Amino acid sequence: MFIQTLVTGLAIGGIYALMAVGYSLVFSILNFSNFAYGSIIMLGAYIGYYLLMEMGVPVYLAIGGSIAGAALLCLLNERLAYSTLRKRNAPSLYFMISAMGTSIFLENFVYATIGSRFYAFPEVLTQQNFSFGGVSIGMLDVFAIVFSFIAIYGLHYFLQNSRTGIAIRAASYDMQVSQLNGVNIARTIGWVFLLAGALAGISGMFLGMKYMVYPTMGWITNKAYIAAVIGGLGSLPGAVVGGLLLGVLETFVSAYVSSVVRDVFSFSLLVVLLLVLPTGLFGKFLEEKV
Amino acid sequence: MAEYISGVITFSLIYVIATVGLAVFTGFTGLFSLGHAAFFAVGAYTASILTYFYDVNYYLALVAGMAMAAVVGTIIGYPTLRAKLRSDYFAIATLGFGEAVRVLLENLEITQGARGLPGIANETTLTVVVIATILVIWVARNFVYSRYGRAAIAVREDFVAAEMMGINLFQVRMRSLLFSAMTAGLAGGLFAHYVSFIQPGMFTAYLSTQLTASVVAGGMGSITGPVVAAVLFVAIPEALRVASMWRLVAYGFLLVAIMVFRPQGLFGYKEISLHSFRRLFRKEVS
Repeated sequence: MFIQTLVTGLAIGGIYALMAVGYSLVFSILNFSNFAYGSIIMLGAYIGYYLLMEMGVPVYLAIGGSIAGAALLCLLNERLAYSTLRKRNAPSLYFMISAMGTSIFLENFVYATIGSRFYAFPEVLTQQNFSFGGVSIGMLDVFAIVFSFIAIYGLHYFLQNSRTGIAIRAASYDMQVSQLNGVNIARTIGWVFLLAGALAGISGMFLGMKYMVYPTMGWITNKAYIAAVIGGLGSLPGAVVGGLLLGVLETFVSAYVSSVVRDVFSFSLLVVLLLVLPTGLFGKFLEEKV
Repeated sequence: MAEYISGVITFSLIYVIATVGLAVFTGFTGLFSLGHAAFFAVGAYTASILTYFYDVNYYLALVAGMAMAAVVGTIIGYPTLRAKLRSDYFAIATLGFGEAVRVLLENLEITQGARGLPGIANETTLTVVVIATILVIWVARNFVYSRYGRAAIAVREDFVAAEMMGINLFQVRMRSLLFSAMTAGLAGGLFAHYVSFIQPGMFTAYLSTQLTASVVAGGMGSITGPVVAAVLFVAIPEALRVASMWRLVAYGFLLVAIMVFRPQGLFGYKEISLHSFRRLFRKEVS
């Protein structure tokens, strides 16, 4: 029972970590909470569903299409809703409102055009189970854990070794100074949103397969925000640790206490953590910019 | 038809009451609450449980709803404001708080869970709402022009400088949070006794965002701007019933467009008064 819960928790935590990393990536460079991220995840899931069910492409191509689609949407979101604010050096409050507007717009656009129906992915992966030593784990969960870690590791490798990755890290440290040193900020930020969107596409696919595809599924990113705050906003390793920790803790609470208090628990954890450790586990000290 | 129009007016004014409260908080301290639906819900539930199960007088129940919202406001406000959270953290904390309250309402015995409370006494009339709106706007206006309001404006503009001038940041923020929680609670009580049915699903984060949207669209730092925006946001989609599906699409679009093209909101920091009309008129004459 204990190990089973732990494994299930890790599988959920892997998806949380994936979302939290995408969210933290944007936060680390622009310093605001991208509330539109959940809607991008939702649209990624819809794209994947459409490709798989209507166009009949194989699963791997559908995942690829969902990644590409979500990445482009995320980039478009930045260009339309944030870039003018960035050029004007607007306070992060404006970014947040703009992001919230985008989120409301996209979610309800899907409501108005596609409808509020729940779509279920075909049960290809969910049916199969692995079991070893009395612990059984769904094929989908294994796939989610493995794929999440490959994606996060790939991102890490990209950030550490590529020229663009170095530019992103420099810009997240100090945007103005890196600009003076020849970093093209508009392009770098474009890359950040593309990468975050790609992660949104993957997590959207997994969420859609695990639960269902519906317009408000993006609200699950609330958990990603909490995970990112636990790990320290803007810190990528923090986001991974926060995501896994939150996934495991939540699963334990719903297994041993009750599944009803799960969400209340996560939000209380957030508030308590903010009071005790305002910068999270791995966060650097961030003052509101004066 | 007359009944329908008075219904639309009543609804708009209930939203105006909640929006004015939020305008005092978000617009005058610069903190961004995404959990105001929780105060609305607490006011609605407290007032209707009192009239529904305990036959308490309607007006007394409204006041109790306000008081309860203030208590809940203290519970969330005291730790978060004391810790001086960054505005993002505060927004996420209030978002989480709003959802937590909704989950609690869905699982409490006395609120009858997700089934909600049907058949609440239909007590709220247009007259009551009009009087309440005038009172709330009047109090908000006085609050803003008092020394507390000026302290709040100083905090919004630059809280570090304000703190150095000896303004107690926590006190200013707490006071306006309590004011806005109480007005949201009042709006909730009025709402419950107007539609005579409430359930937790009515008080989701959407409601919070709608309220915030009105404040932002109307202009942060203005009282009359958000009032106009709230009326527009409720009355227009109500009149164009067909557009109801697209209403929130338009909200979202408007929010982004306002931030990109007119970040100060429709009315900016200005108030609409007879004086401004007079000035407009004078300009035309000369």
